[in-house]
Amino acid sequence: MTITTQDTGQAGSGASVAGEPETLSLAAALNAAIRDAMVDDPTVVLFGEDVGPLGGVFRVTDGLYAEFGETRVSDSPLAESGIVGTAIGMAMYGMRPVVEMQFDAFSYPAFQQIVSHVAKMRNRTRGRITLPIVIRIPYAGDIGGLEHHSDSSEAYWTATPGLTVVTPSNPADAYSMLREAIASDDPVIFMEPKSRYWSKVELTLPVQTAPMTSAVVLREGTDVTLLAYGPTVKTALTTAEQGAEEGLSIEVIDLRSLSPFDDETVSASLRKTGRAAVIHEAAQFGGYGAEVAARLTERNFFYLAAPILRITGFDIPYPAPKLEEHFLPSPDRILTALAGWEW
Amino acid sequence: MTHSYPMTLNVESSPGEHLPPVQPPVQPPMQPLAQPPRQAPIATPPLLRLIDDAGHAAPAAESGGFALPPLTTLLRLYRQMVVARRFEAQVTALTRQGRLATYPSALGQEACEIAAVASLAPEDWLFPTYRDSIALLTRGVPPEQILASFRGDWHSGYDQQQHRIAPQATPLATQALHAVGLATAAKLKRHSTVALTLLGDGATSEGDAHEAFNFAAVWQAPVVFLVQNNQFAISVPLDKQMACRTIADKAIGYGMPGYYVDGNDVAAMYAVVTAAIDRARSGGGPTLIEGLTYRIEAHTNSDDPSRYRNAADVDVWRGRDPIERLEKYLVSEGALPAAERADITREAEELAAATRDCMTRQATSDPLELFDHLYSPSSARPALAEQRAFLAAELAELAAPSTDKGANR
Repeated sequence: MTITTQDTGQAGSGASVAGEPETLSLAAALNAAIRDAMVDDPTVVLFGEDVGPLGGVFRVTDGLYAEFGETRVSDSPLAESGIVGTAIGMAMYGMRPVVEMQFDAFSYPAFQQIVSHVAKMRNRTRGRITLPIVIRIPYAGDIGGLEHHSDSSEAYWTATPGLTVVTPSNPADAYSMLREAIASDDPVIFMEPKSRYWSKVELTLPVQTAPMTSAVVLREGTDVTLLAYGPTVKTALTTAEQGAEEGLSIEVIDLRSLSPFDDETVSASLRKTGRAAVIHEAAQFGGYGAEVAARLTERNFFYLAAPILRITGFDIPYPAPKLEEHFLPSPDRILTALAGWEW
Repeated sequence: MTHSYPMTLNVESSPGEHLPPVQPPVQPPMQPLAQPPRQAPIATPPLLRLIDDAGHAAPAAESGGFALPPLTTLLRLYRQMVVARRFEAQVTALTRQGRLATYPSALGQEACEIAAVASLAPEDWLFPTYRDSIALLTRGVPPEQILASFRGDWHSGYDQQQHRIAPQATPLATQALHAVGLATAAKLKRHSTVALTLLGDGATSEGDAHEAFNFAAVWQAPVVFLVQNNQFAISVPLDKQMACRTIADKAIGYGMPGYYVDGNDVAAMYAVVTAAIDRARSGGGPTLIEGLTYRIEAHTNSDDPSRYRNAADVDVWRGRDPIERLEKYLVSEGALPAAERADITREAEELAAATRDCMTRQATSDPLELFDHLYSPSSARPALAEQRAFLAAELAELAAPSTDKGANR
C-alpha cells in the first residue's frame, strides 16, 4: 500500500443532515461520526490495521475507504507503535489523525508512544505543539474472544496525565462523543465497548448528547448509586430493574468520561443516596474503581452511609470464553454485594 | 536425529500418548550468547568518503559517485564545526562546574551533526535526540534555549514551531516515527517539506526504528534517517547490538537506499545527506544513512568510560578528527586564510562567552506554570485547577514573613 497524493476534500456528499430516524448500532453510529467528521474537516485522516477496504474487523470504518479514497483512509503496516508514532508526526503537521488499535491488548506495543509522547507533547512544548489525535480502542469482553481480545486496559490510560479517556455505552453517545473527540485539540483515548457494538436504537443523525467529559444520570433512584461505564452500563441498568422488583431504588450513572472525572454529577448523586458502587470489568486491584472510590470518599465522606464498593472482575487475567460469565460482574452479583451493606 | 531413549509405539494408546517422556540431559555449563561466531564474516563494505584521514581528496573509487562540495560550502561547514565544538567544550565545562544537571556530548561527531542541518531548507523539520544539541545550535537555536532542558528549567526550552525542530527525544527511536508521520502529512498536503531524524547506533535495536524504517518505505515518506554510529550505546559496543555488517545494510531489507559513510568526513556527509534530502523532496522516498564516527567523550558527565573501553582506542579516533581533517584539506587548497581563521575563532569565543553569560542569569521558572500547558484551554480541568490553587496557597505561605510561620507552628 502506498499513500498516493490525490486531491483531498472532494469525496463525500456532505455530512449527515437531520433526516429520518434510523435504526443504528453503536458500530454504525461510530462509522457515521467518523464519516461526518471527514466530510466537515479535510484534515481528518484515518489509518490503522484493516481499516481500509475491509472496513475494520468490527466494520466501524465500513465504506469510508470507498468514499474518501486512499489519501484519507489507509491500511497501515501492522505495527501499533508505528501507527501512533506516525499519527503524532501527522498531528504536528496539521492533520487530525483518527487511528485504530483493533483490540485492547494490541494497543500495548503503542504504550510508549502514547504515554511518553501523546500525553506529554503539549506540556513539554508549552503548548506550541498540540496533538489532536483520537486513538480508538475496542475494549472489554463478553464477546467470546480468545486471549488478548477482551482486556479492559482503561486504568493504564487514566493513570497518565495528559490523556482524555472516554467511553460511550450507547449509539447516540457513540456518535456525539466521537464527533467531539475528533474536534478536540487534545488527544483522546476513545474506548469502544465491543460487547455493545451491535446494540441498536432508533436515532436521527446528527445527534448531540451531553458533553463528552460529563457523566450522565441514566436512571434516577434514592437508595444507591451505581457508577458504570462502557459495557457495564447495561449491566447496571438491568440491576436497577431487578432491584426495583425487590424494593431497592437504584440510581444509575454512566460515567462516559473516565478522565477527566465528573466530580460534580457523581458527588451530587452520592450525597443524595449516601451509597455507591462502581462497576467495571477490569480487575479490582489498582483498577479504575479504586480511584473513583478514593476520590468520592475524600470529597463526600460525611454523606456516606456505607463504604463505596468496587464490583469488578477478579484480580486474574481475563478468562477463556467458556469461563468469562463467571468473571464478569452480573446483576445478581451486584445485588448480592449491595445486600452485604448494613442497611 | 538419533534418540537416546527407547522408542516403542503403543498402538492401543491415543495419538497424544505416543511421545515417551524425555530424560533430562546432564546440564553442561551455560555458554556465552555470542558464541560460537554467528556466521561466516562478510567483508565490511568500503566507507564512502570524499576527503581521507590525512586531509587529501579521496580516490574516486571511494566517492560513491558523489562530488566534493564547493570550497565555499566546505569553509562554511568548517566554521560551523569549529563553533559547535567550542560550544560543546564550554557546556562540558559548565557541567563539570555543576551548573547543568547533565550534558551528552557530541565531541568528535561534528561532521554528522553539522551535515544533518546544513542542507535542510527552512521549511524542513529536524527530529533530534538528546545528543544533538549542536545540530540545534547550527540551525539557530540560542544557547540559553538549548540548555534550558539540561539545566532543568523545562523539558524543552526552544520554540519548536519557529525552528521546526521537534523536542530532543530521550526515548530512543521514538522520534523517528514522528518524523515519518510529519513527512507523510507533508506529502499528503503536496508540500515540499522534508523531515530528517537523527538516531544513534544503539537506537537501531529499538522496535520503533524498525517500524519507522518500514512505514517510511511503505508510504514512500520524504524522510531521511541519519544514524550516527558512534560505536557505543552508553557502554555497549555495536557488535552486541547487531550481527549484520553495517547499519546501512539494513536499508536493503526495507526497500530503500542505504549509505555507509565516513561520519568524520563532513564533505561526504554533506554530499550524501543533501542528495537524500533532494531525493525525498522530489518524491523519491526515504533514505537511510549511516555515518561511522566515534563518541570521544563519555555518554554523559555521570558515565565512566574507563570501565568499558581503552583510552588507546579513543586516541586512535582522536587522530581521525573531523575538524582537523577538513582543516588540512582547506589549507592545502589555500582556502583558509589567517583572517578567516581569526574570524572563526572570534565567533566561537563570542558564542562561548554568551553561553557562560546565559548560565549566570537566574532561571525564572514559575511553579504555577506547571499547570498551564497540559491541556488546551478548551479542555481545562476543574480538578487540575484545584491542584493549582493548592500549590499557589503553598507558595503564598512560603513567601509569607517567617515570624508568622513560627507563631503558627
